[in-house]
Amino acid sequence: MADTQAVAASQPAAPAARSKARERSGADILCECLVDLGVEVVFGYPGGAVLPIYDALYAHPKIKHILVRHEQAATHAAEGYARSTGKPGVVLVTSGPGATNAITGITDALMDSIPMIVITGQVATHLIGTDAFQEADTVGLTRHCTKHNYLVKTPGRLAHVIHEAFHIATSGRPGPVVIDIPKDVQVATAPYSRPDPIDHPSYRPAFHGDPRLIESAVEMLMAAERPILYTGGGVINSGPEAAAHLRALAAMTGAPVTSTLMGLGAFPASSPQWLGMLGMHGTYEANFAMNKADLILCLGARFDDRVTGRLDAFSPNSKKIHVDIDRSSVNKNVLVDLAVIGDVGSVMADMIALLEKRGYTRPDFAEWWARIEGWRARRSLDYVEGGEEIMPQRAIADLFAATRGKDVIITTEVGQHQMWAAQHFHFDDPNKWLTSGGLGTMGYGLPAAIGAQLGNPDALVIDIAGDASIQMNIQELGTATQYRLPVKIFILNNEYMGMVRQWQELTYESRYSESYSDSLPDFVKLAEAYGWTGIRIDGHDDLAAGIQRMIDTPGPVLVDCRVAKLSNCFPMIPSGAAHTDMLLDPSMVSGTMDDEAKALV
Amino acid sequence: MHITEEQSQRHVLSLTVANEAGILARIAGMFTARGYNIDSLTVADITQDHSISRITIVTNGPPRMIDQIIAQLDRLVPVHRVVDLTEVGPYVERELALVKVAGTGDHRIEALRLAEVFRAKVVDTTIESFIFEITGTTEKIDTFAGLMRQIGLVEIGRTGVVGLIRGKAAI
Repeated sequence: MADTQAVAASQPAAPAARSKARERSGADILCECLVDLGVEVVFGYPGGAVLPIYDALYAHPKIKHILVRHEQAATHAAEGYARSTGKPGVVLVTSGPGATNAITGITDALMDSIPMIVITGQVATHLIGTDAFQEADTVGLTRHCTKHNYLVKTPGRLAHVIHEAFHIATSGRPGPVVIDIPKDVQVATAPYSRPDPIDHPSYRPAFHGDPRLIESAVEMLMAAERPILYTGGGVINSGPEAAAHLRALAAMTGAPVTSTLMGLGAFPASSPQWLGMLGMHGTYEANFAMNKADLILCLGARFDDRVTGRLDAFSPNSKKIHVDIDRSSVNKNVLVDLAVIGDVGSVMADMIALLEKRGYTRPDFAEWWARIEGWRARRSLDYVEGGEEIMPQRAIADLFAATRGKDVIITTEVGQHQMWAAQHFHFDDPNKWLTSGGLGTMGYGLPAAIGAQLGNPDALVIDIAGDASIQMNIQELGTATQYRLPVKIFILNNEYMGMVRQWQELTYESRYSESYSDSLPDFVKLAEAYGWTGIRIDGHDDLAAGIQRMIDTPGPVLVDCRVAKLSNCFPMIPSGAAHTDMLLDPSMVSGTMDDEAKALV
Repeated sequence: MHITEEQSQRHVLSLTVANEAGILARIAGMFTARGYNIDSLTVADITQDHSISRITIVTNGPPRMIDQIIAQLDRLVPVHRVVDLTEVGPYVERELALVKVAGTGDHRIEALRLAEVFRAKVVDTTIESFIFEITGTTEKIDTFAGLMRQIGLVEIGRTGVVGLIRGKAAI
């Protein structure tokens, strides 16, 4: 192979390493790096441009390869694995369609700050730019949906790039990194020795917060009369210590705690200080407390538009402190009074230490809590029952009750069921709630559940799904079967793309344009066709038994739970509205919206 | 419904970046992806080992957008340093332009006279045309081009702005 030799010869000579280390193929170097980096599981799908890597994998049984049915699912499975274990997820796909199919999951990981390494095959270097078979400009396509990406043109660069990619994906604000490896680079050889620890010349994320700013933050906190801790996915990303520090900080201050969708579980939902999720489908008490607070301490969250509602009415009378590892998150949507750039766990630890040093005692927030209890008394998550149909909220509440005492991990798809799960399934620990927050990717839940189950073999992993979303990656039923993963899917089947239908009801006078799930499959038979157990829940009488059977049945189980078709997800802050303009139930819906509101997502 | 726009300010950003494949696409693409403006962008490597390039970007936007642009540039992995020259204090900025002017008689004489006033150099000439080389601020070049437009401007090529802070310190 003449080209291969040309590539090998053109690499920079590394005399010291060359004499010691044995020459290895690029594919071998990749596998060695993965082993050295502690990678146990790779989610992938073979194809022409990665055949040398697949051949090398054959000789590396330490790395478990999970064969998905579609590359998008490989990326979501890697996200589920990463989010539930704290380790980076690794994906291996071929060039062209393999890479383009992975892009949705890569973007999802970028939006939700999930550490992920995606290795894509590429056509041989001499074919790049010739519109070769299965060629796509993968680095070009993924430039803006990755934290960083590489095209490796010589095998001598591979080891350094792979180690650097893991460093970048897992440090600072985590995110996806793509490594594009042409086929000839996988075949050509170079000496391999484990690279030194990465000392990157330009990428140096802050870890510790500035002590002076932390001091200011502590002083603002000590002066607050109506503080609230607004926490996000950053607390989960920072690791279990950060969740422990959050609990300690909350215990010290006695302040109420709310969280974004991504941060659920960092603070125990069973705590009396927990207000529930905030934002568009957050609780009345969380949103009102944000609105009336005099100090918002934002910990690893990013003032997303789903959280703030109308910006000019967002928490108008509060001082705001923003702790974030990514400076670009600061003042992006909401101007804050103080920003501390650093790892949220480290900053919280410093704040706690400083509070202790100052002899801080828990202030009397009785008046503040009395107001919060007043808002809580509105019981914004309540729903009306009594009809023949199962209310979806009831199904989730019963699922929650039936799974107490087990190590449960919940994944979701995207839509009404996702919000109902966030509202009615309560989390006491981090890394137990896996959902697509930023990108809102339907089809996330099943592959994420597969990834989570692989990382947590003994956990009860349940994908709470909708009838429309589940069909977006339904082919992954086969993956779970192949690897004997006892994943459970709990479909809230209302025969609609429920959230689309809800918005059409609220914003477009109930013109249900293309939101009805016509021609749904028989989910039970479909499950059985893949070797799963299928269970249908038709009405109240089946609910408890169906849930129990799902839990008790070994192996993968799909539950088709028929729920009320037209129920809406409340409470809700309509787009373009302030936190205080919450809709609590259907009677508050006026049915029309002006153009300004319609133009917002 | 109408879309409103905020008041913009001009800012000159100076970046040092790793001189690697795709760096320009990464930076230019970040501007388009996030809806920021580029008025001009220059790039060339500036170290002996060719490992680092300086990119000078002239952009405009409301203050918060400028702040976001800097933060977004700063988080790109190959970006070493981002400095807003407009904010850090006195700085020098220059742009070079080649200006082709065609004409005979009075117009030709006037073009040469104006070039002298602007300290533009003649770098090419025929009986009917000149190419002037002019350096200066963007405003100076705009003015020069505006005058030449009236007496036979054919075409103009501009480098975009480069800038450095005044004094002995580096960014």
